[in-house]
Amino acid sequence: MDIFLQQLANGLTIGSMFALIALGYTMVYGVMKLINFAHGDLVAASAFVGLFIFTNLFGSGTSIFIAIAVFLLTAVVIAICGVFLERVAYRPLRTAPRLSAVVSALGASMVIQNGIMLLWGPQLKIFPDLIPQVYWDLGGVVISLIQVLIMAFSLILMIALYIFIEKTKMGTAIRASSIDQDAARLMGINVNNIIVTIFVIGTSLGAVGGLFIGLYYKGITFNMGWQYGLNAFIAAIIGGIGNIPGAMLGGMLLGLFNAFIAGYVSSTWADAFTFTLLIVILIFRPTGILGERVAEKV
Amino acid sequence: MTTTSNDILLKVTDLEVSYGNIAAIKGISLEVRQGEIVTILGSNGAGKTTTMRTISQLLKAKSGSITFNGVELTNLPAHKIVSLGISHSPEGRRVFGILTVEENLMLGAYTRKKVDPEILSWVYNLFPRLEERKAQLAGTLSGGEQQMLAIGRALMSKPSMLLLDEPSLGIAPILVKAIFAQIRKIAASGVTVLLVEQNAKVALKLANRGYVLEVGKIVFSGTSAELLGSPKIQEAYLGKKRH
Repeated sequence: MDIFLQQLANGLTIGSMFALIALGYTMVYGVMKLINFAHGDLVAASAFVGLFIFTNLFGSGTSIFIAIAVFLLTAVVIAICGVFLERVAYRPLRTAPRLSAVVSALGASMVIQNGIMLLWGPQLKIFPDLIPQVYWDLGGVVISLIQVLIMAFSLILMIALYIFIEKTKMGTAIRASSIDQDAARLMGINVNNIIVTIFVIGTSLGAVGGLFIGLYYKGITFNMGWQYGLNAFIAAIIGGIGNIPGAMLGGMLLGLFNAFIAGYVSSTWADAFTFTLLIVILIFRPTGILGERVAEKV
Repeated sequence: MTTTSNDILLKVTDLEVSYGNIAAIKGISLEVRQGEIVTILGSNGAGKTTTMRTISQLLKAKSGSITFNGVELTNLPAHKIVSLGISHSPEGRRVFGILTVEENLMLGAYTRKKVDPEILSWVYNLFPRLEERKAQLAGTLSGGEQQMLAIGRALMSKPSMLLLDEPSLGIAPILVKAIFAQIRKIAASGVTVLLVEQNAKVALKLANRGYVLEVGKIVFSGTSAELLGSPKIQEAYLGKKRH
């Protein structure tokens, strides 16, 4: 029972990070029908940018204000990178065949990954303790302050995003653009602006996810974007790619799944089980758990 | 119905549109005056929808000009068109299937700061079915209801001109009749209508004037009475045999 509760807490933590990152994949896919393979690398970059901002602007010492400042500044930097990425790698290929954009995405992924390596080197870096290491032992189950903050903050961000997408005019315009771009234009929606907005939101959430990865796992490497990006991408597919609540659900499920496999089987096998889960879900629900809620009448 | 004024609202001059190397519209000119209902008839592939999509700037003209109220449209992006007062109900309805009926209507008023409750109640008045189903996802509506929604959505921007592309397509005849009756009401309220139709009989019954488009060229134009009376039109579009 202790293992179960411990892995439940760990799984929800990992799942929160997966979900935040998965949202970036799914939102971009929703409107552009493109898998932004560079998203995972922007997530990795955010951990390094966070580290850089912390060591250069604040030196050492932690406080809640420093943590908030690091998060905000990193999100802004990464969002600017995301908008730049869209402008140079994807916008010129908007009307090109789908495959060209995919190749461009893979290229962008390599550019960012190698860029991180050039700037910060190939060695593992240790992410600073922005948040004090506090642990609570709840009768055999150990939970850290970092875990609690990751879960709470992710939940707040996801609820905020959900309300924004479902209840606001801009959110409705984003949903309309992901259904039918031409019809959206006829409504007077500037689809280019929608795409920029999506990149800003998606990469900011990814940046928060990347900082959480740094806080939680401590060690950050230039190529970790591939690993976390792939897991988040699978989470987005499991939930139903293009579907925002689906990415949240998929991330949480995959995080829990990973944690329980690690707890009851072995963490070495986590990836094998992850891909098996993906295959099983794709066999029985090819559009993911929440994908394609309603078949459209023609 | 009589033409209330001679002001030309929409003027298309020598318009050419092509898809890659294939010319779809080969130099057409047409005009629509304030308050008129004008129809463009033609068979599949004649270029009717291409003409409509080019007016809305979803397609870019190769050459020629389109002016609305004197404003040149061909160098504007598509999302700027609706705020000039042209609203387009596209072919195949293109309602946002996984949004509710109400959300679809709200999007119709996207360019307006606030949704005008008067327009909303006017639209619900024209199509009461939409009010009954406002919380339902648009994709679950019948074809006819989706067409009502597409027209209602286009009206939400309070347009001075409505582009209607094949509102009768794939819809039960009884609903076609009902929808065309409402289009007549919309026009009577002062909205100028440009209507594209394959169903020439219902279109000419409604319209003041018409153009006949064949493989990208206008081959005939005139008042509805002239078009109805022309043996060629009767044979090609109204299903009457020459004796």
